[in-house]
This record gives sequence, C-alpha cells and structure tokens, in this order.
Amino acid sequence: MIRVQAEPFDLAEAFTLQAGRTDVGGLACFIGSVRDLTAGANVTALELQHYPGFTEQTIQRIHDEAAARFDILDQLIVHRYGKMFPGDPIVLVSTISTHREAAFDGARFVMDALKTGAPFWKKEVGPDGERWIEPRSEDYAASARWVDVMAAEGQDS
Amino acid sequence: MARLLFFGRLADIAGGAERDMPLSPAIGTLTQLREFLAKENSALGEALERPNIRAAINKALAPLRGDFPISDADEIAFMPPLSGG
Repeated sequence: MIRVQAEPFDLAEAFTLQAGRTDVGGLACFIGSVRDLTAGANVTALELQHYPGFTEQTIQRIHDEAAARFDILDQLIVHRYGKMFPGDPIVLVSTISTHREAAFDGARFVMDALKTGAPFWKKEVGPDGERWIEPRSEDYAASARWVDVMAAEGQDS
Repeated sequence: MARLLFFGRLADIAGGAERDMPLSPAIGTLTQLREFLAKENSALGEALERPNIRAAINKALAPLRGDFPISDADEIAFMPPLSGG
C-alpha cells in the first residue's frame, strides 16, 4: 500500500503490516526525518512540494517494482508533503518477508528509488533564506545500483 | 486551453507554478512550446534546456526534446530533478 499525505503519520504504522499474520519471518523498516543541519547549513523548516496524482502514480510504480523484484509478502510506503520541521518524519517504508534478505533489500530499494525517482521537490528554509535542494551524487549512485525504475519513459538525456 | 505546471525552482523562474495558455497551431510539440517559452523568458528557456529537466503530459513522462505532440487540452508539467525521501 502507498499513501501520500500532508498529515503526520504514526511511526507505529510500520508494524501494522505484520498484524494478524503468522507467515512473516521478518520486518524491515526505514523512517526518514527532517534534519536541522544539511551540508553545514542550518535548517529551520523543509517544504516538500508534490504533483498530485503523478506523485502517487510514480510511487505506486516503485512499490510494484519492489514487489516484482523481491520476495516480500507486503509493503507500506507513506510519504508526506507540505511544511515540516527538524525531527518530523517525512517518509516511512516497511516491508515484510519470510526471510530477512528480501525485507532489507526491498526496503532499501524503495528508499533508493524514492530519493531520485519520486516526484517531490524540497525547499529548505534557514536563517539565511530559502533554497531548493536536489539529490546528491550519492543518491544517484544508490539508485543506479538497482537499474533505474524510472529509466523507461521520458528520459532523453 | 493548455495548463502548464512548473515545479520546484522552475516555478520561481517562470513567475508562477501554474499557467493556462491557449496553444496556437504553431505550438504543436513540446519543443515548440519550449521555444515559445524561451522567447518570452530567456531565463526559463535556459532552465528548461538543462539536461536533468523532465516533462510530463497529462501525468505521463514525455521526452522534452523532439517532436512529442501536445494539444490545447493537455496538462503539461515541467519538473526539475526529483528528490523524495
């Protein structure tokens, strides 16, 4: 399941995938939060813009790709947009599987794909003003490790 | 009337995140639209030339260069590098 929302989410949602199931051998979860310092600059707020409809559709593709690649039993992806502050969780990825490798790999794949492939645009607000931020070269390297799920259409460069 | 959407820094450069615009018959492809916008606003033209810009027509990714057709009823989005997580 995927969800894109402005509201905060409950961290305990990460564990709901397992509720009532007895076939789950492992659950892996990643929660990403707003930091108060990026690249040496203080951050007082982060504004995430999204493209309603397109953002959900793209994250659904990442979800489906993870389901096809890894032996995961289920997964949950929750991503926030709007204005957030240091300490606020932005993203939650949770996966369950029979054996741990698939849960770890699936969660990592989803996060790496979200970092460079999910339609969000981030503006950091700090004492010196606002600035748009773009993925770091490390982010591109991380998602390139798993053949780019976005590679199909639209990229002409 | 086509609807143009500019995301991230492109909205700052375009002077707004949304714009409704009738497409004249001379603007039948994404490239022609990009050229039209560049004539109006050279900074936007340069920003859209950058290799990492993506476009979507009616929420489907489309090549920004070349002859991708657009019509007057389309929603056309211009997107700088995506950054989730």
